[in-house]
Amino acid sequence: MHKTLENFIAHLSGILCLSFAFWFSSTSYATETTKPPQRIVSLLPSLTETVCALGACNRLVGVDRYSNWPESIAHLPRMGGGIDPNIESIVALKPDLVLMAGSARGVERLRALGLTVLTLEPKNYADVQNALGVVAKVIGVSSKESDRVWRDMNAQVEEISKSMPQQVNAQRVYFEVSPVPFGASESSFIGETLQRLGAKNILPAAMGVFPQVSPEFVVRARPDIIMVGDSNLADMQARPGWMNLQAMRTGRVCTFKPNESDILVRPGPRMVEAARLMSKCLIDKSAPKVKPNP
Amino acid sequence: MSLNKSNNWSIALVMLLSIALCIGIGLSVGSSGLESLQNAWHDEVAWQIIWDIRLPRTLGALAAGALLGLAGALAQGLFRNPLADPYLLGSASGATLGVALALAFFGGNQLATEVLVRVGLTGAAFVGALLAVVLTLVLAKGVQHTMRLLLAGVIVGVVMGAMASLISLMRPDILQNMQGFLLGSTAFIGWSACIVMACFLIPCLCFAWFFGFAMDALSLGESTAVSLGVPLRAMRMVIVLLVALATGTAVAQTGLIAFVGLAAPHLVRSIASVKSGSLALLSALMGGLLLLLADILARSLIAPQELPVGVLTAVLGGGYLLWLMYRNQNQGALG
Repeated sequence: MHKTLENFIAHLSGILCLSFAFWFSSTSYATETTKPPQRIVSLLPSLTETVCALGACNRLVGVDRYSNWPESIAHLPRMGGGIDPNIESIVALKPDLVLMAGSARGVERLRALGLTVLTLEPKNYADVQNALGVVAKVIGVSSKESDRVWRDMNAQVEEISKSMPQQVNAQRVYFEVSPVPFGASESSFIGETLQRLGAKNILPAAMGVFPQVSPEFVVRARPDIIMVGDSNLADMQARPGWMNLQAMRTGRVCTFKPNESDILVRPGPRMVEAARLMSKCLIDKSAPKVKPNP
Repeated sequence: MSLNKSNNWSIALVMLLSIALCIGIGLSVGSSGLESLQNAWHDEVAWQIIWDIRLPRTLGALAAGALLGLAGALAQGLFRNPLADPYLLGSASGATLGVALALAFFGGNQLATEVLVRVGLTGAAFVGALLAVVLTLVLAKGVQHTMRLLLAGVIVGVVMGAMASLISLMRPDILQNMQGFLLGSTAFIGWSACIVMACFLIPCLCFAWFFGFAMDALSLGESTAVSLGVPLRAMRMVIVLLVALATGTAVAQTGLIAFVGLAAPHLVRSIASVKSGSLALLSALMGGLLLLLADILARSLIAPQELPVGVLTAVLGGGYLLWLMYRNQNQGALG
């Protein structure tokens, strides 16, 4: 009796181990495939842009409804968004690689249907560098190329930051991402760019990457410069006490048009353009320091 | 009575035929249109679209709708209130809180997320829904007083909903997933979800049919029910459990889908006068048919894009309820 029970347990655990191993191997995407993917679906704008920066734009066969850069992808069919990816139309495209955010819905469903899904969700510079490397490896672009793209981006941001005038130094900035309000903290890629440009973020890294801030917190932190998408500005002005913020009263608010906002909030190859936009804002809005008369 | 009975059979037959028709339509609509159906025999991907995507989601919508319709009929019988809804015992908010907790605790870890999404998210929703109902029962000190049960259910719903909102505000990265859950969708139903729902649906239907006589007695008033020899307390407990199980199963697989549970029993009552047992079964058929229709509309209205099915049921169900209220104002009776 004991023997049979032992046998049974041994078999059961063997099966469990095997199935776990199988499950594990099936979830880690197959890098050993000989032919690099030729039909790619990207469901995150920053990943779409990353694929294109690596020169594989022509291999994209479908994108999410928010991807809008570069122009060459305008004709591609739309597969819904992060909340509602359209499973059927994705499968119908017969993609050999699907790129999407890990927090999006449908990742498991797509994998269960036998598709190769790679999830990436960059939040800071290191993530962006990593995403470039991983995507390059998976789509069969040499690491030399992805390194070059990254070095170029980095060098250009560095150049912009070197050209920043003295007056920008330590200007305290509040960057609003969405009107709940959520801001971009020091630990986000936006915060890192601001830091490299010499500005000081009023949201410390400890608050999280894109923390929700109370209106009072911002009033108390007295930012010198506010950066916000132009659609959020009206909401901002209606918040109690905000009209009296120094930055609001003196007009030191940069508003960005929707296409500029897209550039600013996407952690991908256009971070250089984002840095340019932010540097322009910082230079325009930072008051020259008045030297005290001797 | 005999006329009534044959009438019910014909209604059930008509509904079954409509369901069969809708399953046929469900197989032929989607973002790739009829093309997939035509090529299914010689194109592997077209076959996958029909067999692995359209068929499970069609049958899944049917099963989820049936669970909600059944739960709605039972809840309305239990509370003897035609506006009762399967989410009334707090199960919807409990499920939402379960999902929020699961996402917040395991969402950050890549491996944990994969394990979690495979088995955990639906499990968390199901456990959350059941725990909420248990909490409601504890707060109401059992099932003797339906009014207390109702109040406790509303309170548990509000508090758990608020806690779920709090968690998703603290962790903005789970907002997107939470919103998806709250909208309700049939788009991600696979075969495993279908099987789980069927496994719960069939015993729930059997129990509901079996306890129909007791529900009929209850509809005559509590004292009459007791005098007819109905074990009131035990029976109420069984009904509460059935509602919790049916709602929890549906919500765990599809997210929150509004109004199907409320509207299905009303629609059945408006076309037939039935006893409680048949009402439960016919409501299940009607709920299934409703969600199936909503799913087909969601897929076809703006094809090749899709609408979330929860939005559609809310708009259609809300419209239906408004019409019902308007009609009742004119007739002076409800239901």
